[in-house]
Amino acid sequence: MSESIMKTDVVIVGAGPVGLFAVFELGLLDLKCHVIDILDRPGGQCTELYPEKPIYDIPGYPVITGQQLTEKLMQQIAPFGAEFHLARMVEKLDIQPDGSFVVATDAGDIFHARVVVIAAGGGSFQPKRPPIEGIEAFEGKSVFYSVRRMEDFRGEDVVIVGGGDSALDWTVSLAPLAKSLTLVHRRDEFRGAPATVNQMRELVASGRMNLVIGQVSGLEGANGALLAVRLKTRDGSEISVPATRMLPFFGLTMKLGPVADWGLALNDNLIAVDTAKFESSVPGIFAIGDINHYPGKLKLILSGFHEAALMAQAAKKIVSPDERVIFQYTTSSTKLQKKLGVA
Amino acid sequence: MKLIVVDHEGNEHALEALEGWRAMEVIRDWGFDIKAECGGACSCATCHVFVDDTWIEMLDTASEEEENMLDMVPDVEANSRLSCQILMSDALDGLRLKLAPSARGDE
Repeated sequence: MSESIMKTDVVIVGAGPVGLFAVFELGLLDLKCHVIDILDRPGGQCTELYPEKPIYDIPGYPVITGQQLTEKLMQQIAPFGAEFHLARMVEKLDIQPDGSFVVATDAGDIFHARVVVIAAGGGSFQPKRPPIEGIEAFEGKSVFYSVRRMEDFRGEDVVIVGGGDSALDWTVSLAPLAKSLTLVHRRDEFRGAPATVNQMRELVASGRMNLVIGQVSGLEGANGALLAVRLKTRDGSEISVPATRMLPFFGLTMKLGPVADWGLALNDNLIAVDTAKFESSVPGIFAIGDINHYPGKLKLILSGFHEAALMAQAAKKIVSPDERVIFQYTTSSTKLQKKLGVA
Repeated sequence: MKLIVVDHEGNEHALEALEGWRAMEVIRDWGFDIKAECGGACSCATCHVFVDDTWIEMLDTASEEEENMLDMVPDVEANSRLSCQILMSDALDGLRLKLAPSARGDE
């Protein structure tokens, strides 16, 4: 095996609250973890969807926000030094002849792990795709959900769709480069930063870009090359604007993604597990949190925490089959307290 | 109390609803294809529905928070609402909603 392969006890797929707490439970048992997440920061749904929303059913916290819970968990697991690999998606999971696993990400990382813990919630966060007929054929050629290189938009007829920060930031950045730029939004109100909204308004006023209140109703072009975008304006009329590039910005949504291809028994797109170890149909691959299914399952963060604790005991037996593990409490065990850095 | 749901194939279903339930919860409880990934926190826009024109006036106006989330709906129409923000009540007995393509579980 090449040296670039990272060897570890456990790879955790997903840095949401349950994936984070798994680091804690595995850490108490001396298992080293690498955590991979498609988002660029830990927290999963808690930080991506509802960072400021209150959660009332975390034991010990009468109320805590998604952001605060993530910060507390990061603080709690800090002593275990898990390595985070963010903004990348696990693409491949291959079982080795000895029952260990090789995990590969779309960023080119390769891990060799004894145990894989899937804590991927509702799946990978992916850009929302507008349900416009035939849009798939244009994706990656004319329709993009992010800007990798601004130069790719120079001299092009650009249509940006959306009313949030991404749509506005790229409108302001790309307007000077593009041959033409049209921003399409459903209403004449924008959620983005006021300064950027003002910049956009000035560009419109000086005739350097167009603002259309309406929505995209169709795409024109062939072989992936976009030529025009049809828009339905607020007054109900249809117009066509030249477009060789389109950038829809409707935020993120969760998709199961590559997990479906890993050969695990699924139950309605959820990973079937037992309730003693939360192990999938493949020994050594565990699934905890919202992504698993078992009779009586409740999609609660606290259920995921419980699942992490039991999973860790089973994972330990795989990594260290000959070691006798004594069940201990953090309150009374000096050994555990040393691991936590408090004794 | 009934909630009338038009599914993705255009078929109409009269669902028994309970007062105080969110329309999204009724739809999900009956097993219809609706993503509703944030679970009713008005944070994801994946419980988007089209409200029948004859009912739109009966609903409370969308909050600013809901309007902001509707900005994240890629197939929004004038009669678009988030079904997690519609609370079932006697006044809404018979409310008619159409499931939106962008809120399908596999989208």
